[in-house]
Amino acid sequence: MSITREEIQHIAELARLHLSEEEITKFGGQLDSILQYVGQLNEVDTKGVEPTAQVSGLSDVWRSDDIIEWDKDEVEAALSQGERETGQVKVKRVL
Amino acid sequence: MNLNELTIKEARLKLDSGEMSSVDLTRACLKKIKEADKEINACLTVCEREALAEAGAADKRIKSGERGGLLGIPYLCKDILMTKGIRTTAASKILEHYVAPYDATVVARLREAGAVMLGKTNLDEFAHGASTENSAYGVTKNPYDLDRVAGGSSGGSAAAVAANMCLFALGSDTGGSIRQPASFCGVVGLKPSYGRVSRFGLLSMTSSTDVVGPLAKTVYDAALVLKAIAGDDARDATTAPEAIEAYEQAVGQPLKGLRVGLPAEYYLKDLDKEVAAHLAASAKKLEAAGAELVKVSLPYTKYGIPVYYIVTPSEVSSNLARFDGIAWGLSQNEASNLQDFYKKTRGAGFGPEAKRRIMLGTYALSAGYYDAYYKKAQAVRTLIIEDFNKAFKKVDVLLTPTSPHPAFKIGEQVNNPLAMYLEDIFVTGANLAGLPGISVPAGTVKVEGGKQMPIGAQVIGPRLRESLVIKVASALE
Repeated sequence: MSITREEIQHIAELARLHLSEEEITKFGGQLDSILQYVGQLNEVDTKGVEPTAQVSGLSDVWRSDDIIEWDKDEVEAALSQGERETGQVKVKRVL
Repeated sequence: MNLNELTIKEARLKLDSGEMSSVDLTRACLKKIKEADKEINACLTVCEREALAEAGAADKRIKSGERGGLLGIPYLCKDILMTKGIRTTAASKILEHYVAPYDATVVARLREAGAVMLGKTNLDEFAHGASTENSAYGVTKNPYDLDRVAGGSSGGSAAAVAANMCLFALGSDTGGSIRQPASFCGVVGLKPSYGRVSRFGLLSMTSSTDVVGPLAKTVYDAALVLKAIAGDDARDATTAPEAIEAYEQAVGQPLKGLRVGLPAEYYLKDLDKEVAAHLAASAKKLEAAGAELVKVSLPYTKYGIPVYYIVTPSEVSSNLARFDGIAWGLSQNEASNLQDFYKKTRGAGFGPEAKRRIMLGTYALSAGYYDAYYKKAQAVRTLIIEDFNKAFKKVDVLLTPTSPHPAFKIGEQVNNPLAMYLEDIFVTGANLAGLPGISVPAGTVKVEGGKQMPIGAQVIGPRLRESLVIKVASALE
């Protein structure tokens, strides 16, 4: 199985990732060989095997939803690199 | 002997007796960093002023009678852990100027214990790699041979400990990233069980396997650091509620009656002959100390890498989605609309391996492929875990090589991502199953060019049995 150029462009679009023409070519080949390699998982019979998503052995861990107040300078530091206007974080036009 | 060459245990005696101060010790480490790091490139940030202030404060605490294992001990921190007021780059251009407004839990715990942070160490960008060659800020060189890699992704931390720039360092291990560089640099690297150490403030890579742990000069030192950073944390719901132990007390305990498993799948015929010989000697050492050697089999071992390289990119693609260029991190402001802004920011900010993993993960999770890749990998992950569970019914711990070979040459594998992925062949299993593992120096092998390079032996134990792997590892020193 081989990934087409269109598929690579589609995945990049889903991942919101700008790729140069050169990157599209390079990643296409590399993803192909990696996927071929991981394809060996198909040899394994996993009928009736439960998938593992996590290994902590824990479920439904609760804590109270307390608000932790931050200092003004901590808030400033957290948002220090974004574009700001009247104290708000500015984003690009959506439409 | 220079002060920076001391182990934590040795430095502790000198600090507590007043023979030296933490400021003396910190200065010795800073001096070593200045001398050696131009060549090695283990550190991305050195915070001399803050470190000397912390050392001064530790000296006051010691003078006032306070005692503590890490009080006044200088360390370096992998630059993927948040440090308040000191920049955290994850070795990525996308975070080049990022300063976190809070400390990771492990950093906060070390701060409270009075350890002195000297700075932040180099890594593969976002911890994606096995050689530190994926850092946006240049490769870290192996102190044993500057033409070779230090391993990765915690390569900066391993090289810094090996070069005596610090007394210990923090690393993170998602698929071998503490143990493999420890093996390449001849130091001890301890990967705790998943959930034993808080991930709060550790930049998320693969949330289901990430864990923080120490790189140190001795097993005792690594155990001491683990005790300081381990334990339940309300800020990380995946931390284990079980009480922590006095891990350093396990060092040197008798091995009589212990069963040590040698999994056939880790000792294949094509294993480097000298590595195999050193491992045989390690096994003999344990046998001489009273342990029984038992042959075991973990038949699904060979699927560890393929499972890891589906699970990891999938979680990476999701975790790195937060880098949207808004409010923090790199921004490409010339874009005209939001979609274009995201793409340009991420296209410019991520390096090749991060992009590769985002692409691979997005593909594996996309409609039509989810069952074939992600779900299949999760099911095989279960079989890998069952392999370990079955083995631990027969034996107490497993002894394996950490890496199939010593450190390779810089540049040798950069154009072959698959070859780089295979570097993790003996280390990913413990991550997929959430088990504790430790790499201990097991000798040196002669490489092309005539130099002697270190290799490591790995001890893997059942979940939350850190004391057991520490006990066995200490018998290998």
